[in-house]
Amino acid sequence: MTSVSTRDLVSQPYKYGFVTDIETEKIAKGLSEDVVRLISSKKEEPQFLLDFRLRAYRHWLTLEEPDWAALGYSAIDYQNIIYYAAPRQQEKKASLDEVDPKLLETFDKLGIPLSEQKRLSNVAVDAVFDSVSIATTYREKLAEHGVIFCSISEAVKEYPELVERYMGTVVPGNDNYFAALNSAVFSDGSFVFIPKGVECPMELSTYFRINSGDTGQFERTLIVAEEGASVSYLEGCTAPMFDTNQLHAAVVELVALDDASIKYSTVQNWYAGDENGVGGIYNFVTKRGQCRGARSRISWTQVETGSAITWKYPSCVLQGADSVGEFYSVALTNNCQQADTGTKMIHLGARTRSTIVSKGISAGRSSNSYRGLVQIAPGAKGARNYSQCDSMLIGDEAAANTYPYIRSQQPQAAIEHEASTCRISEDQLFYLQSRGIGFEEAVSMMVSGFCRDVFNQLPMEFAAEADKLLALKLEGSVG
Amino acid sequence: MIRPDAELLLDINDLHASVEAQPILNGVNLQVRAGEIHAVMGRNGSGKSTLSKVLAGHPAYRVTGGSVRYRGSDLLELEPEERSRLGVFLGFQYPVEIPGVSNLEFLRVSSNARRQQQGLEELDTFDFDDHVRERLSVVQMDPAFLERSVNEGFSGGEKKRNEILQMALLNPVVSILDETDSGLDIDALRIVAGGVNQLATPENATLLITHYQRLLDEITPDYVHVMAAGRILRTGGRELALELEKTGYDWVDEEVASTGQGVA
Repeated sequence: MTSVSTRDLVSQPYKYGFVTDIETEKIAKGLSEDVVRLISSKKEEPQFLLDFRLRAYRHWLTLEEPDWAALGYSAIDYQNIIYYAAPRQQEKKASLDEVDPKLLETFDKLGIPLSEQKRLSNVAVDAVFDSVSIATTYREKLAEHGVIFCSISEAVKEYPELVERYMGTVVPGNDNYFAALNSAVFSDGSFVFIPKGVECPMELSTYFRINSGDTGQFERTLIVAEEGASVSYLEGCTAPMFDTNQLHAAVVELVALDDASIKYSTVQNWYAGDENGVGGIYNFVTKRGQCRGARSRISWTQVETGSAITWKYPSCVLQGADSVGEFYSVALTNNCQQADTGTKMIHLGARTRSTIVSKGISAGRSSNSYRGLVQIAPGAKGARNYSQCDSMLIGDEAAANTYPYIRSQQPQAAIEHEASTCRISEDQLFYLQSRGIGFEEAVSMMVSGFCRDVFNQLPMEFAAEADKLLALKLEGSVG
Repeated sequence: MIRPDAELLLDINDLHASVEAQPILNGVNLQVRAGEIHAVMGRNGSGKSTLSKVLAGHPAYRVTGGSVRYRGSDLLELEPEERSRLGVFLGFQYPVEIPGVSNLEFLRVSSNARRQQQGLEELDTFDFDDHVRERLSVVQMDPAFLERSVNEGFSGGEKKRNEILQMALLNPVVSILDETDSGLDIDALRIVAGGVNQLATPENATLLITHYQRLLDEITPDYVHVMAAGRILRTGGRELALELEKTGYDWVDEEVASTGQGVA
């Protein structure tokens, strides 16, 4: 008797789909050793970094694009991508007043005000537009605490010794196909350094915006927390609507020394393509954290709602004794989106612990796979893992898969894995409706109930946002 | 309480409905006025639960003929949520569990949807918390149930109390209680029935759908209707329920057989 049905309703339009009309400096399409050198020279990089890029590039040439994920997409033409695009402005501005107002306006529209008067009061933001970082707020205030928060390009110039010491130590240049590509051509990203014993006084956040239609975005983020330091970091991502696919291949490296703690949250809302699967971002991301020190902790929380293709496995290498890795994920796919996402927990140290909570929601004709590895090395005595993977299906054309891999070489390790699949039933919806709750609100209530364990992990300011984002994404998807 | 001049709240005329192309209701006629309590009795499969689902707007049931007017306007045109907001309440025979959705939050959203329709101020979490705690007494419910997910892990009796709590919060005009007595022990039955009695006013009406007479020992109906083969076969007062208790439903079967209305 309800008049709402899946097929009749078009999903809510993507509200971040606008393009900023700004003069952009782009290099020619295509990838070669010259392009790698050109990017490096544009950024006036030291020799060590150029060498790093070239080694990665040469290694990449020897690799094949991986095809083991449960994803289907047309081949990517790596020669048809622009590897560097930057809004035309001189030097990075010392003051926000000098930043092109069009850029400030863009971030305003995205809900990320950067200007002094409007910026978020307790969140420092690094704003990355296409290939470059255009502004970082609260740098001075953070510097008073010894915290470094800036774009990776600036870090290369101002703190080359830190970059050289840590970059590529968690995700080496000869890692997987997409990580090697990123290492060769990465253009910008964020750098965070929290010195010994410092608890970062505010949330740090990077907002990634792809604007150009034919450009790939290859950002690289590096976060280092020294002994006893702690930080909470959030990244957000959006892109305009184009009917072509764009490649996003990022690398994130986290390093936690003794007793350090890093909490990394992502709200990914790249353009997902239209309801027929035309356009959208190909999101191939390598995120890895290393709990290098004893009792260190790395926690990944992700809310993945965008992209046509998501290929992403934020992982923890638990090297220090008693270190802790966590992964909390909500992945929502609708229409023709495909996601193959999960985590790897590599237990090396004694008594290391990891927790995995994954919630996959598939609607429309989408496909959503959880793929996770729990590996316990012989030395990881007393290691423990708990995994919970739940899938929710909406409608009858969506697919959900779970691929848990467990490898233990340590007989005393304790590994628990729970999985469930559910469907929103007509009777549950009717029950809520018969209590005055509209159809769409009923669905979003149930979905957000399903995701609660993960949303509880997000920084407060963003938990409500994530809830709203999911509701928006699902609008019209149920019937 | 029967007052011939009271407002006609629910006017069901020759209602036909089917589920998966199977006709279940074959011409139901029923008028409910403000202040009245009606009991609809009948065997399993007689169509009494279907009647309640159709009145609430369950999407699996298709109305194939007849009309239902609620306070003068066409009820069947409305979405289930609109019916609720306008004051039609269905107490479920089997309330579903909704994992992850907090009972308190659910009650608040639901209650505010109704309040908004009535032109009342919506209650924020704090005001609602006070309000709901006060209403808990209607069904002697433990506040701990507010903190749990909707109906999740509730016993049969707790689920039914939660239904009546919702009724107490929504302040409905017409309440249809589908087999509210099923699965309750005598103490729980008394509590639930006590709640229904407390909520009955001269302005509202209650439709009790039940298989057994025992609920009617606790809630005194003004009218008793006997349903069979998707129709109301006979209507009487309280004494009809007592007669059924004595004679069982066999005479109903005979009557149906003699009128050629086979039970589907």
